[in-house]
Order: sequence, then C-alpha cells, then structure tokens
Amino acid sequence: MLNAEVTHNNTANGTIVDDLIARFGAELFVIQPTPDFTPTLWVDRKNLLDTLAFLKEKFPMLLDLFGVDERMREHKPEVAGDFTVVYHLMSFTPCEEVRIKVAVSLPDLDVPSAVSIWPNANWYERETWDMYGVNFTGHPNLRRILLPPTWEGHALRKDHPARATEMEPFSLDEEKQRQEQEALLFRPEDWGMQRATDDTEFMFLNLGPNHPSVHGVFRIALQLDGEVVIDSVPDIGYHHRGAEKMGERQSWASYMPYTDRIDYLGGVMNNMAYVMAVEQLAGIQVPERAKVIRIMMAELFRISSHLVFYGTFAQDVGQMSPVFYMFADRERLFGIVEAITGGRMHPAWFRIGGVAQDLPVGWDKMVKEFIDAMPARLDHYQKMAMDNSILKQRTVGIGEYTTQEALDWGITGASLRATGMDWDLRRDRPYGGYDQFEFDIPVGSKGDCYDRAAVRVEEIRQSLRIIRQCVDNMPEGPYKSEHHLATPPPKERTLQDIETLIHHFLSVSWGPVVPAGEASFPIEATKGINNYHLISDGGTTSYRTRIRTPSFAALQQIPLISNGLMIPDLIAIIASIDFVMADVDR
Amino acid sequence: MEVVMAESGMSVFATIGFGLFILLAAVGGAAVLTWFERRLLGIWQDRYGPNRLGPFGILQVAADMLKLLTKHDWIPPFADRMVFIFAPTAIVVAMMMGFTVVPFSPDLYIIDLNIGLLFFLAMTSLAVYSVLLGGLASNNKYALLGGLRSAAQMISYEVFMGLSLMGVVMLTGSFSMRDIVEAQRDMWNCIPQFLGLYVFLIAGIAESHRLPFDLPEAEHELTAGFHTEYGGMKFAMLMLGEYLGLILISCMMVTLFFGGWLGPWLPPVVWFVIKVFIVICFFILLRAAIPRPRYDQLMTLGWKFMLPLTLVNLLGTGVIVLWMEG
Repeated sequence: MLNAEVTHNNTANGTIVDDLIARFGAELFVIQPTPDFTPTLWVDRKNLLDTLAFLKEKFPMLLDLFGVDERMREHKPEVAGDFTVVYHLMSFTPCEEVRIKVAVSLPDLDVPSAVSIWPNANWYERETWDMYGVNFTGHPNLRRILLPPTWEGHALRKDHPARATEMEPFSLDEEKQRQEQEALLFRPEDWGMQRATDDTEFMFLNLGPNHPSVHGVFRIALQLDGEVVIDSVPDIGYHHRGAEKMGERQSWASYMPYTDRIDYLGGVMNNMAYVMAVEQLAGIQVPERAKVIRIMMAELFRISSHLVFYGTFAQDVGQMSPVFYMFADRERLFGIVEAITGGRMHPAWFRIGGVAQDLPVGWDKMVKEFIDAMPARLDHYQKMAMDNSILKQRTVGIGEYTTQEALDWGITGASLRATGMDWDLRRDRPYGGYDQFEFDIPVGSKGDCYDRAAVRVEEIRQSLRIIRQCVDNMPEGPYKSEHHLATPPPKERTLQDIETLIHHFLSVSWGPVVPAGEASFPIEATKGINNYHLISDGGTTSYRTRIRTPSFAALQQIPLISNGLMIPDLIAIIASIDFVMADVDR
Repeated sequence: MEVVMAESGMSVFATIGFGLFILLAAVGGAAVLTWFERRLLGIWQDRYGPNRLGPFGILQVAADMLKLLTKHDWIPPFADRMVFIFAPTAIVVAMMMGFTVVPFSPDLYIIDLNIGLLFFLAMTSLAVYSVLLGGLASNNKYALLGGLRSAAQMISYEVFMGLSLMGVVMLTGSFSMRDIVEAQRDMWNCIPQFLGLYVFLIAGIAESHRLPFDLPEAEHELTAGFHTEYGGMKFAMLMLGEYLGLILISCMMVTLFFGGWLGPWLPPVVWFVIKVFIVICFFILLRAAIPRPRYDQLMTLGWKFMLPLTLVNLLGTGVIVLWMEG
C-alpha cells in the first residue's frame, strides 16, 4: 500500500464486485485495477441498464458520468473500444464508490440512456454527446449543452483541435451569420414549452445570460403566467472555457492554476481536489505539515466562499447592507491568503506532494486575529440577516426538496445537508488529515432556501474551529514530499550532485512523468463534492482530465424546485444554491 | 366643499418668488440627497461612498448631472414614443405640485388650501401614472412586470395612506395643513395617532417605492423594473421624481405627525428642516437595513393587516373625539 489515503476505497472492492458477479455472472464483467482501488468494472452496453439499476439500491447517487476518447491511449485496458462512457456511483453509509465503464466503437456509438434510473444523467449524457458524439438512445433531449448549437465536431475528441491556431482562420460570411442568428432565435417549442393554452397566453422571459442575480453568465428561459413560473429551462455553456481539454496539454504541475479558476471562489480548494488525485496516481505520501497547511488554507477558502454566498444571498432577497460587511471580512481573509501565498483569489499554491512554500514568519498571529474576531461578527450578521423576519418570509418553505430528491439529482455539500442528511466527506471518509480534527456537521431539516443558507453559515463557524486547531497544532517538518515526482522537486541538493540536477531539470522543464493509470478523489469542496478523474498514459500530461463539479448538478435541479413559484422565489432559490458559473461550465 | 385659499401674508409677487425658490430648493435638495444618501449608506456599510469630488465629495452631484445631461437621449425603437417621454415628466410635475401645500413656517408657504391634505394625496396618486406608463411604454418584459407590480402596490397603498391620515383630520377638524400644525401645539399627533403614523410610514415608503418596497424596480429580480429602458435625462427625471417624493413624504410626515415647524428657541423654519432631515435619514436607514418582501406578501400585509389597523384607528379616534366633545 503506497498511500494511506487510498485504504478507504478498498473496502467496497470485495463486496460489491461479489454482489454483481453473484447476481449477473462473472462472464459479464471485466475488472480493471486502478491505483485508487475504486472498483472499476467494464460491462457490455446490453447489460448496462440492468447493472446500473441493480447498483442503484446500494449506490444511490450518480456522482458523475463522462466520456473518454480511447483512440490515442497506449496503456488502455484490452476491453476498451474507441470511446468509453464512465458511470461513477457513490454510496454514503458506508461511503463507497464504484465505476462502471462501457466501451463503444465507431461508427456505432449508441449507449442506452440512464435517465430513467437517475434523472441527473440527463445533462451528463448531453455533455458526453456534445463532447464525444456518444449517442444515448432513449434520451429525452439529446442536444448540445456546453457548446453552441452551431458548433461543428465534438470538442473533447482527440482529433478536435485544442487551440484556435490549429484551426482555419475564422471568417463570418453572410450565410454563416444568418445561421448563427437563426440559432439564437427563441422558439418556446424547442425548449419544450407551450405558447398558450385555451385561456392563457404565456409570457416568455429570458432571465440571463446577463442578469444581476444569476451570478455570472447563466440563462433560464421562463414560461410565465403573470409572475408565476410555469416552466423554466436552464441554459448553460456561456462560461465554458474548455478546462478539461486544456488539462490534456498542460503538464501535471502546470495545470494547477487552471484548477483555481474552476470554482473561482474556492481558490486552493480546487488545488486540493486536483493534487489529491495526482498523488493517488503517483503514489505520493504528503508530509504532516503540508497536510495541515493544506487543510488550513482550504478551510480559509471555504469561509471566503461562504461569506460571498452569505452576502449575495441576503442581497438577492433585497437586503442591501450585509454583502458589504461580508466582503470586508473576505478582504481581511485575502490579506492572510496574500501574506501566505502571494496570491489572493487564485493562489495556485498547492503542489504535487505538498505546498509551494513554507508558512511565512508571523502567519499564526494573522490567522489568530482573524479567527478571534470572526465569531462576534457572525453573531452580528445572524441578527442582521438570518434572523430578519422578511428574509425568513422570503426563504422559509421556498424551494424545498427531500433527501431522496437531492440524491437522485446528484446534489452534494451543504445543499444536501440542508435536507437533513448528516453526511460530510471530511468526517465520514476523512482525507488529507481531516481525521485529526474535531468539528461538527451542521444539518438542516427542510431543505428549503433558508436551511441551505443556515447550514452554510454554521459551516463558517466550524471551519473557524478547524483553523484554530491547525494554528494550535501546526506540526514541524518539511512542507513538501521527498518523492521523486513531487513538483517542483526540492532544490537544495541540485548543486551537489549531477543525478539530482538532471532530475530537477527534467521535472521542471518537462514536468514529472506520472505512471499510467487512472484515479479520482472526491473531496468536500466549498459547494459540494469536487472530483478530478485523471487518466495518465505514462506521460508528462494527463490523457483525460475530468472535473466533476457540484454546481453543475445544482443547476440541473432548478426547474424541479422552482416551477409553480414566483419570480422573486426563483431568485431566492438561485441565491440559495451557491453555484459559480465557471464551476458549472468548466 | 368649496376650495378656499387662505390669505397669505405675502404679496402676489413675493408668493411667486417664494414658489420659484421652493421649486429650486426642492430640486437642489433632491440632487444633494442623491449624494447624501450614498455617503450615508457608505458610512453605515463600512465604506466611503462618493468622496473624491470637492469637499466630502459634494461635487459628485454636479458630475452626475453633467454626465446625465450629456448622455445620448435615446428612445428605444420598440417603445411608444409619446408615452415614453411623458412618463418621467409626470412624476416630477406631480411631486412639485405636492410641495405647494407644505407649510414651512407660520408665514412661509405657497398656498394654504382648505383641502391641502387631499391635494397632497391627489398629487402623489398622479405620480403612479409615471411608473405605470413608463413600464408600459418601454415595451420591455421586465419593465412591464415592474409596471404591473407598481399598479397593484399603488392601488392598495393609496387606500391606507388616505385612511391613515383621516385620524389626524378628525383630531384637527380641518384639511388645512396650517391648521393641522397649529392643532399640535399641546401634543404632537405622533402620540395619539401612533397607529396612523405607523400605517402612513409604511404606505409612504410604498408610495415612494424605495427599498424595502421597491418592488417595481427590484433590481435583483427585474434588473431595473419599470425604468430598465430609460437613460440620460429621462432617467434623471425619474430619479429626481423619486427623491422629490422622498422629501415630500418626509415633509408631510413632519407636518402631520411631528408638529411641523413647532419647537422651542430656534426659528420655525429651522425646526422644520431639522425634523425633515431626521425623517429622511430614517428612510435611508430603512433602505440600508431591510430586505424586500415578495410582491404578494406585500399585498397580503396591506389588505389583511394594514387596512384593519387603519379602520381600528379611525374608529378609536372617532370614539375619542366624540367623547371629548361630550
């Protein structure tokens, strides 16, 4: 066992595979070993839906669904075809994962749709179709989701160019312009909406992509009767930057700054998810001090992200002042982040095998000042915002969903805990050293807008507790692993002997060569479960970088909880689910 | 009722001159208020607000005006031109007219109508047309929703606003503003008419559609509501109307409930201005502190809570007045 982190995944390995073989027979499955020991089974597409339906009893959540283009991969399993569709499932008590893979080859890229089993498969399958051209038979609405409808080709295929310089120069002739304009026209029928019934003519309102309350570029097409939302269809992709495609050309180390910008309020929390997965692949053990530093920085960013949530939540229900206080607090927090990392919102400060530098002199004083002052301020905000009767009127009982609905739609993080589910990855499957900390998991009861906010507010206090424990018990020792793949490698001995110098030179100029394999590592990020599924083909870059983000799942669920309410309720719901468009579109 | 204008102490020319002065003072006051509100909000919200131009940033007002004046006077091609232009003027004119009945001191007023209070109510009701027509003429969905909300809000709150003041009228026995102030020599109306004050305060915020009752605007829901399509001077007029409304409502509140110009030592006008200033600050504080209820919640509050409250107040006042008269 290389890495203590990975032991937890191992527990499911025996049981669930045995269960499946007992139910369907051994000849249906091919087991693929992975460095993270998550059971990974290949199944024929004929048996896919049966297998998934059987697994749903034990694994209630479809955590992720994505494609892989296997055509250029050298170290691929024998069963792999041209493309693979991966179903990543998760259970909660006990916390286990399993991956189901289906191979398809050109020209027949049909895979049965899993929408009937998990409703959240809808958007994931659309994305996989958009990016790879995998055709999900039986899907209710298989259209492009992230790329514009006029896009040609499937962007994540290996034969699709990654850079504009690899394409023909762009020109927009009249015919093309006409087509583009045509594609922009809004036809309610295309969105599955009716223009009128016998006695009512509906109004259609494009809320977004530019609107003060959609937190970025997010569009919801609304079918309105007066101010009542009859139907709503979220439309995403306006913030898509191809982060997954970029992962295939950046070195393992130089991809770090891109991760910062996925959940751009989460800062190093994104680095955390990424480095954990890379360290799984490379088998790196992180020293104690680095672990505690990482946890402290991640929790600081959790507070920062939740403060932005808190302020904008109050602002979106019409309260003007709280956001200013919370941004001032966030500013103080960024002061600390700046002193430690040199960056503010996007420090890109974690490194494979540790962190970039040791903590500066006097860091503990700064952090202590902050965590000493915060509780009193939070009490103040509680009175100002959360206890306000109008705010309660606007949010209590609005946008409710049950735990079962949350699981069906892949909702994770505070939005899941707001439904009363007492579950947090940091406690129930501690990673990166969280087992050493004492903290409580705040839980809501109704799963409405108010609970979602209240849970996050309490999480700020719990994060402060964790940070205090970090400050009080910061271990001594190195801040980066001595492992040869840790990046950048320690420089101290490079001028002493030639071997170290060569290694340093190669690791820095090319980047580390991570052994072939695939690994993922779900973490409890600011907004829910963030998971990087990385495939290495034994090179200096990732073969496939898949980013599972919590915001994507949250947006897909909006129509379920807002149809039938009014526009102001929809705004309160959007404010309460805490998403970031970059985290949705990647 | 025959409309009677009480003899003012001033000559005709002096009255016209004073009228013009009040006109300018009100517009100037509204302009300064845009800066003052931002500074005050800034202080309460841990930031500065506009503090760069001139002493304390007061010249920000001039800069804003210059900017709005020089902006392209654009009318959206899909809008109803005439109505679109008429809407911003309506609110300013109506609010200006409202100022004519405000008594600033025993001698300083433009006109003392025997129906002063009714005149004020009529003028503020006219201002609704501005929001309604602006929202309708813009031919924009957000503006339309804003206009709709405004119509519903105004119709409901108009009712309580009028009724909430009838208690004051009963106590005084007159609609004349000066009489109302004079009648408060022994006790300000805010004590016997505290229910009326409460309802008038809430209805007043709803009338001037400021946060927390800025539902026609509601930037987080309707981007900018009824004035989404407005820019340049027409937008400035709408804003001017809103701030004039704020000042007017404050003046009325002081006159009707806080003894108008009454007060010891200082000259009456000074007392009046001080009181109005405090009420304005209170309105700004409300804006800083309170979230926005939903539109149907506002209606429910109005019809199910405010209306009965007003009626109880009226009944109670009536009983007491009759009992006092024996």
